[in-house]
Amino acid sequence: MKTINMAESSVRELNQALHDQAGECLEREWQVLNPKGQHNLAVGLDQSLSVDIQGHAGYFCAGMNKKATVTIHGNAGQGVAENMMSGTVRVKGDASQAAGATAQGGLLVIEGNAGARCGISMKGVDIVVKGSVGHMSCFMGQSGSLVVCGDAGDALGDSLYEVHIYVKGTVKSLGADCIEKEMRPEHIEELTGLLNRAGVDEDPTSFKRYGSARQLYTFKVDNAGAY
Amino acid sequence: MCGIVGLYLKNPALESKLGELFEPMLIAMTDRGPDSAGFAIYGDEVPNGWVKLTLRHPDSRYNWEQLADDIRRSMSVELSWMQNANVAVFKVAAEEAQVRAYLAEMAPEVLILSVGRSIEILKEVGLPEQIAEKFTLSGMKGSHIIGHTRMATESAVTMEGSHPFSTGQDLCLVHNGSLSNHNRLRENLKREGIKFETENDSEVAAGYLTWRLRQGDSLKAALEHALEDLDGFFTFTIGTRNGFAVMRDPIACKPAVLAETDDYVAMASEYQALTTLPGIENAKVWEPEPATFYVWERS
Repeated sequence: MKTINMAESSVRELNQALHDQAGECLEREWQVLNPKGQHNLAVGLDQSLSVDIQGHAGYFCAGMNKKATVTIHGNAGQGVAENMMSGTVRVKGDASQAAGATAQGGLLVIEGNAGARCGISMKGVDIVVKGSVGHMSCFMGQSGSLVVCGDAGDALGDSLYEVHIYVKGTVKSLGADCIEKEMRPEHIEELTGLLNRAGVDEDPTSFKRYGSARQLYTFKVDNAGAY
Repeated sequence: MCGIVGLYLKNPALESKLGELFEPMLIAMTDRGPDSAGFAIYGDEVPNGWVKLTLRHPDSRYNWEQLADDIRRSMSVELSWMQNANVAVFKVAAEEAQVRAYLAEMAPEVLILSVGRSIEILKEVGLPEQIAEKFTLSGMKGSHIIGHTRMATESAVTMEGSHPFSTGQDLCLVHNGSLSNHNRLRENLKREGIKFETENDSEVAAGYLTWRLRQGDSLKAALEHALEDLDGFFTFTIGTRNGFAVMRDPIACKPAVLAETDDYVAMASEYQALTTLPGIENAKVWEPEPATFYVWERS
């Protein structure tokens, strides 16, 4: 295992060392010490690495991740795993706002709570939050799934497209065009798979499903000519 | 952008190290606010019947001793004072209004940065590190302190436009964000007798709280009203004689992080500013909720 101590190395040096593995991979296991809330840690990875960040991370940690497994042993600032393409990002503590924003694939697990706008404009990522999520989560979510084992804040799933949302606790309010939907066997099956992948021990039948009512302007065939 | 930081000591044994603990927090927020910085420190309280003023003169060679003598003689009051760079702290056994009236008439070029029994405000244009050094922040003692690093958006880069803003005794405010209804609100507050020194939106928020407290609100009630009446983006940290408060607007797009141990409560725009605090590794660290305020006060 290779250890990089952020008390001695810059973020640029850390990310360059990780990017260098994209061609010929010489080291798969990485440990990052003393992150001290710095921004942009382990961003833009493109190799099946395992990166353990030992402490709290700042903004955009593990952004644009591809293939790698990044674990933050602490809290993460805004935009953790933003625009992730594949791989796994796990936050052992809480995540601030816009976790998993616009992410296209992979799995984001937040073991604590997530702040506002979790999964905003998500495009295929699967997000599992063991705690609660803040307001405007999944705003304009296009595809993928969001699982919340705690509660959801105001305006969940506003202007939603095709994301599957599962919430175990209460939903403070639903956003425009987001409705509760029937939990059919295929959804129990999907949710069971997501909880298993995230390593979260919850009963899938205790969740409710939410999705798009498909009643907004963009869903009306009569408006297709406008594009 | 802007960075805000605050440190409230629960353990009085740390009071002699307040400045030393706080200086790296302020400097850590330089990349959020490199154009000016300031802080309000609380401590060294004057007795009942006295008032403490932080005064500033643009000329660092200004004769404060002369001013002190003049006030003593013409107002027949006890007074002690100390100088810190181009700022002086005057402790006067008199009412605020008397001292204000005297200064307005006899020394109009002297600017009053703060008035109260505990508060001292120091702020200038420049990098946070330079301002901390100028006022020897690291050597300061006190019970709590709040600070600001500014990246100006709503008004000019001037000393007057830098934070903290104080519009009432021992009350001050630092702000990250921008208010959209500050012009109308300023006009309303002027009619209520609140005085403003600048065109700055954050000063209006400070003035608003002063007005609510004057109306008899508790700090909590004043903050509840502020959530209804202030429109825009804000994370505020508010200092009072007994403690401090943190509040975010309902949208909560301006960042904030809180940390608490048995010894202190700390607030910052980013966690980076907290990493030098003792025991931070095991502190409870969390993001304050939108449209919610948090208050810590000594009883």
